[in-house]
Amino acid sequence: MLRFFSVLFSCLLCWQALAETAPSTPNTDPSLAKLVKQLPKTKLQKMAPLVEKISQTNHPKTRDLLQYLMDGELYYIKSGRAVVRAQAGDNGQYLLTDVLGEKTYEPLAKSKISKVKTNNRLRGTIRSLIAQIELTSPDKVVRLEAVKQLLDNPNDEGFASIETLVSTEQDKDVLNLMRITLQLRQLEIGDHSQKMAAIESLKDSLEPEVKNTFVSQLNALPEKPQDADTKALKARLQKAIQNVQDKRDVYAVVENIFFGLSLGSVLLLAAIGLAITFGVMGVINMAHGEMIMLGAYTTYVVQLVFPHLIEYSLLIAVPAAFLVSGTVGIIIERCVIRFLKGRPLETLLATFGISLILQQLVRTVFSPLNRQVAAPEWMSGSWQINPIFSLTFNRLYIILFSLMVFFALLMILKKSSLGLHVRAVSQNRDMARALSIKSDWVDAITFGLGSGIAGVAGVVLSQLTNVGPNLGQAYIIDSFLVVVFGGVGNLWGTLVAAMSLGSINKFLEPITGSVLANIIVLVGLVLFIQKRPKGLFPQKGRAAD
Amino acid sequence: MTSSTAKPMSKFSNLHIVIGLLLLSTVYVTICNLMFAEGSAMHVSDYTVSLFGKYLCYALLALAVDLVWGYCGILSLGHGAFFTLGGYAMGMYLMRQIGDRGVYGNPDLPDFMVFLNWTEMPWYWGGSDSILWMVVMVFVGPGLLAYVFGSLAFRSRVSGVYLSIMTQAVTYALMLAFFRNEMGFGGNNGLTDFKEILGFSLQEPHTKLGLFVATAVALCIGYVVCHFIVNSKMGRVVTAIRDAESRVRFVGYKPESYKVWIYVVSAMLAGVAGALYVPQVGIINPGEFSPLNSIEMVIWVAVGGRNSLYGALIGAIVVSYAKTRFTAIMPEAWLFALGGLFVLVTLLLPKGIAGLLPSIIEKVKALTATLIGNKPPTATEKQASEVKS
Repeated sequence: MLRFFSVLFSCLLCWQALAETAPSTPNTDPSLAKLVKQLPKTKLQKMAPLVEKISQTNHPKTRDLLQYLMDGELYYIKSGRAVVRAQAGDNGQYLLTDVLGEKTYEPLAKSKISKVKTNNRLRGTIRSLIAQIELTSPDKVVRLEAVKQLLDNPNDEGFASIETLVSTEQDKDVLNLMRITLQLRQLEIGDHSQKMAAIESLKDSLEPEVKNTFVSQLNALPEKPQDADTKALKARLQKAIQNVQDKRDVYAVVENIFFGLSLGSVLLLAAIGLAITFGVMGVINMAHGEMIMLGAYTTYVVQLVFPHLIEYSLLIAVPAAFLVSGTVGIIIERCVIRFLKGRPLETLLATFGISLILQQLVRTVFSPLNRQVAAPEWMSGSWQINPIFSLTFNRLYIILFSLMVFFALLMILKKSSLGLHVRAVSQNRDMARALSIKSDWVDAITFGLGSGIAGVAGVVLSQLTNVGPNLGQAYIIDSFLVVVFGGVGNLWGTLVAAMSLGSINKFLEPITGSVLANIIVLVGLVLFIQKRPKGLFPQKGRAAD
Repeated sequence: MTSSTAKPMSKFSNLHIVIGLLLLSTVYVTICNLMFAEGSAMHVSDYTVSLFGKYLCYALLALAVDLVWGYCGILSLGHGAFFTLGGYAMGMYLMRQIGDRGVYGNPDLPDFMVFLNWTEMPWYWGGSDSILWMVVMVFVGPGLLAYVFGSLAFRSRVSGVYLSIMTQAVTYALMLAFFRNEMGFGGNNGLTDFKEILGFSLQEPHTKLGLFVATAVALCIGYVVCHFIVNSKMGRVVTAIRDAESRVRFVGYKPESYKVWIYVVSAMLAGVAGALYVPQVGIINPGEFSPLNSIEMVIWVAVGGRNSLYGALIGAIVVSYAKTRFTAIMPEAWLFALGGLFVLVTLLLPKGIAGLLPSIIEKVKALTATLIGNKPPTATEKQASEVKS
């Protein structure tokens, strides 16, 4: 929980910092305004110097102005010659916005305005000017983006400006990318020794452009090189490509493991409530999936009730979903399941009936269509570790959260007096009652706990999949298999089972496709349970039967 | 689970009553459909005939579920898989009967294969244009699956809830597999657009009537077969396995062989039901594999009463009829009703409708006795007669 708060807090700080810097810019700059006024009058041949002058004004709006010019959105109104940005609107009218000030204009017909003309060469100039403005921008992200842009579409002016800027650049990431750009350039146009040096310093870079350039350079070399230099260059290039490829393979495996763990933690969350109700209590709850669904819908309702608190909605939804699903679970236990003690097949049927009722209830109340649950800001984005490997925050949080839930539950069962009672009742009900444990109460609370955790799983799932009446059905079979695979009554088994199933699934997926991977895992599980009906970690001792 | 005390005399008469009722109603429906003109009060419409045909397929399927659940204690949540496999065997045959009358007019390949740009038929479609192959596959397909799964599961002594969940997983996996186009069974859309069976057009009312009669006959045969199985020595062993598996093992029987055997028979019955179902509804698709369908079959048997074979028939027909009515009048309420039925039946009526019948018959007897004028039996007399029987 602390982690969420800290993330939220830092988000807020960032937001505030941004908000404070924004409004301190001047609205108009006399020199820029004068230059802009010249735009409609200037002939095409003389545009280039004018545009360069505009770019040198250092005005915050210069960049946008040049962008409009390049995109062909810059017009001037024939009467009065005011330069505006024009966008095609409804019924042939053009919507006009002032490029410098906040003056408002009425929409005009096409015949009333005229385009500021450009040609290909001019657009090239503008592009490099924009790159230069961005390269010198105070914002790191903009600079980084500008260098990347240059990597994708190389041009001489850009390289020239990077060469001058590389000595003054402070930021490590930007500097790194600038160096790579320059070295790639060297590799392309330099002489032999420069090329070799460039390869040497680039061989550990993982940017996709580096590998592409390596490959294209290798392809440009003759099939059977004659002179020693070319031979050495070719060998070096091949080795470098191999090196990059090896690293990529390693990261691909790491990425698969990460995806596997994140799928595994979803399975863990879905199954862990069941590990309590089915594993510890021995109750077959086919409505478990619907408890998950109720949790997901609780998130939806929380966002509906507090629309201005989307950022905190998950924090509110977790306890709310726990309460909603837990309460429903206790009601089910009190009204149905306690009458079916010791009749597992009947319990299965009755709870299945309940799951149908809950599904239809949700369909009637919320409509059968999927509901959209918004993701808070802090859940989106990713942690870029290197150019080809990044971890998305939502998956990362889900892994952490599911482990947190797991250990909390483990502690409740192992350390609290409730856990002691639960284990006592599940091992020997009569003896527990003789020792004055209220077995009915323990049953209800345990079932509520398992269902409540299913509800919490629903909050997480609402961030990953569509929230609809069939949400729970998709997870019920998987959850049961995870619990059985891990060994009934063994929480650690559930953890291992969920994580390994998730990883197996994700490793199969690139080879077989996702549906077939699903089928293979299902069939494999069924066969495994035939061999070891008690799962990976069977319970031992007298309580096992 | 209480062991049902076998009453040979009453069972024997039960068989006669059920078969008699079935054949009588079939003849009645046939005559009313053929002899009476449309608009007459006695007329049974073609729609109703094919609806009854569907119900009878369900009844046969319920019989199959009852055989393993009611008599062997195996709660299979995957009987839909056997039903659908039988249906697919029939569907493949019907698909080949279309010939060049499909949308693409290809004489060799079914439409969906042409659509997928396949140039030749997969090997498993090999003999599908012969009726003999179809009949064999209706039995072999489901039977083989049941044999493989059953022998694996029962040998390793997977039972109870674990088995139920695994059967459900199997049918779920099959559903996912059949949804794939690469499987060669028409993917999402399944097999449909059938034209004729054995040379009779499927659009003709008379063909529908014929299918209805065929289903009724199949149901009668299935009922007789089940009746003899449960009353044979083998059936007694199977019932004993349901009530006390370990004891049966200690006595020297091999429960797993008996279980596999009864499971395979049940799967074949379900396959036949599926094969008869497909020409009557005109489509088979992977949706039939969905776990919900399999569970609905279980509820038929639970409602009807799983300690008797006729209970399964009653349950299937009553619940399906209720479903037809409900989904027509207020589709929203059907799942509420079905879910409520699950809960109420398991809580209040563990023996189902069939469990209620004896007491109802008793009351009717008492009522008729008073109407005729005889003195109704006093409470003590009634108790005495109950003790005697």
